[in-house]
Amino acid sequence: MTTTEQTPAPASATPAEREEIMTGCDAVAQALQLLDVDVLAGYPIRPYDSVMTAVSKMIANGQMDAEFIVAESEHSQFEIGKHASLVGARSFIGSAGVGWMYGMEALVVTASLRLPVVALVGNRALDDPGAFGVEHNDALMVRDTGWLLYWTETAQEALDMTLMAYRVAEDKRVMLPCALSMDGAFLTHSQHIVRVPDAEPVGRFVPPYELGDRQFHPDNPISIAPQFNEDWVMEARRQSDAAMRRARDVIAEATADFHRVFGRGPDDPFVESYRMEDAEYALIGMGTVGMVGKVAVDRMREQGKKVGFIRVKWFRPFPRPELRALLRNVKGVGIVDRDYSFGSNSQAGVMYTEIAAALYPEPRRPVIVPFIAGLGGREVSAENMAEMQEITEEVTARGEQDASCQWIGVRGPDTDPRYDANPQITEGGAR
Amino acid sequence: MSVGAVDITYRGIFQKNLAGVITKELVKASRRDEKVGGTVQRYGDSPERNGIPAKQFSVIADDMDELRVEMTKYEPENVVVVCVMDDTMCKGIESWAWYGVRPINLNLAPGGTLLVISRQSPDELLRWIPRRDHDWNLAILPGEPSFGGLWVYNDDGTDYRTMGAVSRVTGGLVALESLIAQAAGGADGELRASQLRDGYDSVTVHPVAAGVGAEDTYVPVEMPDWTQMREGLVIPAVERGKTNKLFMKYPTRTARPLVNFDTCVKCQICYTVCPDECFIPTPEGHYDIAYQSCCGCGICAQSCPVGGCIEMVSESVFDDNNQLYSLYESDKTAYEELREEKLEKAGGPIPHYGIY
Repeated sequence: MTTTEQTPAPASATPAEREEIMTGCDAVAQALQLLDVDVLAGYPIRPYDSVMTAVSKMIANGQMDAEFIVAESEHSQFEIGKHASLVGARSFIGSAGVGWMYGMEALVVTASLRLPVVALVGNRALDDPGAFGVEHNDALMVRDTGWLLYWTETAQEALDMTLMAYRVAEDKRVMLPCALSMDGAFLTHSQHIVRVPDAEPVGRFVPPYELGDRQFHPDNPISIAPQFNEDWVMEARRQSDAAMRRARDVIAEATADFHRVFGRGPDDPFVESYRMEDAEYALIGMGTVGMVGKVAVDRMREQGKKVGFIRVKWFRPFPRPELRALLRNVKGVGIVDRDYSFGSNSQAGVMYTEIAAALYPEPRRPVIVPFIAGLGGREVSAENMAEMQEITEEVTARGEQDASCQWIGVRGPDTDPRYDANPQITEGGAR
Repeated sequence: MSVGAVDITYRGIFQKNLAGVITKELVKASRRDEKVGGTVQRYGDSPERNGIPAKQFSVIADDMDELRVEMTKYEPENVVVVCVMDDTMCKGIESWAWYGVRPINLNLAPGGTLLVISRQSPDELLRWIPRRDHDWNLAILPGEPSFGGLWVYNDDGTDYRTMGAVSRVTGGLVALESLIAQAAGGADGELRASQLRDGYDSVTVHPVAAGVGAEDTYVPVEMPDWTQMREGLVIPAVERGKTNKLFMKYPTRTARPLVNFDTCVKCQICYTVCPDECFIPTPEGHYDIAYQSCCGCGICAQSCPVGGCIEMVSESVFDDNNQLYSLYESDKTAYEELREEKLEKAGGPIPHYGIY
């Protein structure tokens, strides 16, 4: 099916690519090999650790030349990645769920030191309970700290975006770390057909990593990460802010370059819009929800419903212009959060809060219906997506602008006065 | 004057309790004068390390709005008194934000009073205290610096004597009667009252005209804007063999190591253990000391295997941070005379310094 636009294949010969079947984690490992990553710091946790397995296998087979350091905890793992990046080594880290959280301090300083480390987050529910399945709260925990955040949908996208992540993160105008998110199980451990490019075009697309006068080296005596107080901190924050603002242009430029080098690539760098041209309704999700989202849209289109799907890809920088443009003419929007933010606006998820804020300046706002679905790895089906579309239509018909969040796929009633203490909260969204 | 601040500049940990009592009691007593007040702890690297200059100030105001404005500041507007709880801090303080060594009277309001607990004369203190371009007062409360510990209240009356002196030099920002009445509500009310009166009576005030005092070498640190700062929190490193001019550690010092080079066995232990890399090898294998960077921790003296070779000597008997090895090299007798003179003036070395 068509998306918003199709880029025609370039006239020149498409660079050599081989086709393989691999998991999302394997695809990232494949990209790391193509990128000639120097230092990989690992600490095992499901489901990210498949990358470690794939990388160590390639190193053992002589297919990859890199320092692969297994730390004693995620905190040390991320510190190793940070310090490697500081001395000019292209470095990679990754984790999942509470492992990502355990290294939080190291993640935060990696961003504030403006070091372009790339991480894979195999999205996993935060403990407790100790579940393996996907929730997006882990990666979202760094959303305010200067990490670039991207959510992948397929193994192909995982490979391509690993290349893109280094290209954008290492750009002099950006110099921020980038975390690629990948839904645990549904992408980390599912095999897709993937086109793997040659190393030569990859080298053209991602130039060598250069830190310039920030490189930590005996010949370049500098001091990094000082303690400094109120007279300096705001200026440092403002620099990170400027870097994140510049990232949008760099991403757009790099996406155009990706097309030139590989002869393929995404139409829009920031969001994927599916059958949105004449849509009156939109469902919005991230990660593998995109797959069932598009199926549900196809089915509903067959029934004559004017509905489209938007997949948010870059979450930082947040695709505010794209979302505002795409939602300008729709009547109702259903937002599928695979995360939670207990006690937040409308008791909804993180993405809802951000999209609602993005649409606030619009002169004409659609009805926005927040949903929470697929927590802890629960499957989100095309039927679930259709159900959410139905609710969105009903709420839109009633013109409710402050619909409260609905949980999809949870056992039990939508609301229960014995548990939902404040009836005013649940009233708005009661079906 | 409707709002005034009383700044207690003290030595971290050793005098934290002392500063806490003074600032708090001043505010409580001011309530009896129908004023409002609060205190602000200005901390550096936390917890304030041994000897690092730190400060806590009381703000005393006529109404709540005047108070609220001052309570969200690091540096209050109208500092009417700076109490210096150890006179060696008159050499300068380098503490809460690493802006280089700042004059002890930098933020003193015109006409304000620097109240120093000291056995020295005004002239002796003014060889350390930089001149200002306005008139101010130097008040001296006779006494020794009162050092305690983080968990220990050194009940030697310094706190109440200081409060009495503050009342006097401010002309009653907090009335002496109010302080006495406040103290009467607690234990040892009569003892506190006598200490308050003693401070009030024994403090001497000496007007200092604009331009009088030591040379002011303080240069405010440059503050680049966010487009001028290097990105990635990068700052130039201190060059090999040099020290950071903006991070002199000597104001932290209450005692300094003094070396008897004649007995030195050139074992290198001081050179190895010094956390601030203050020991400079000489061609003869001795170690000179860069006193500007020495925080006076005493680890060298503890580690020296030769009895009496490195000794910790009170900072109050020294006026500068000049390195001493060149004197030893050119005139061993003169050096030995200097060493003995300093030791005698200081009443001998401080035994077990830095051992807790």
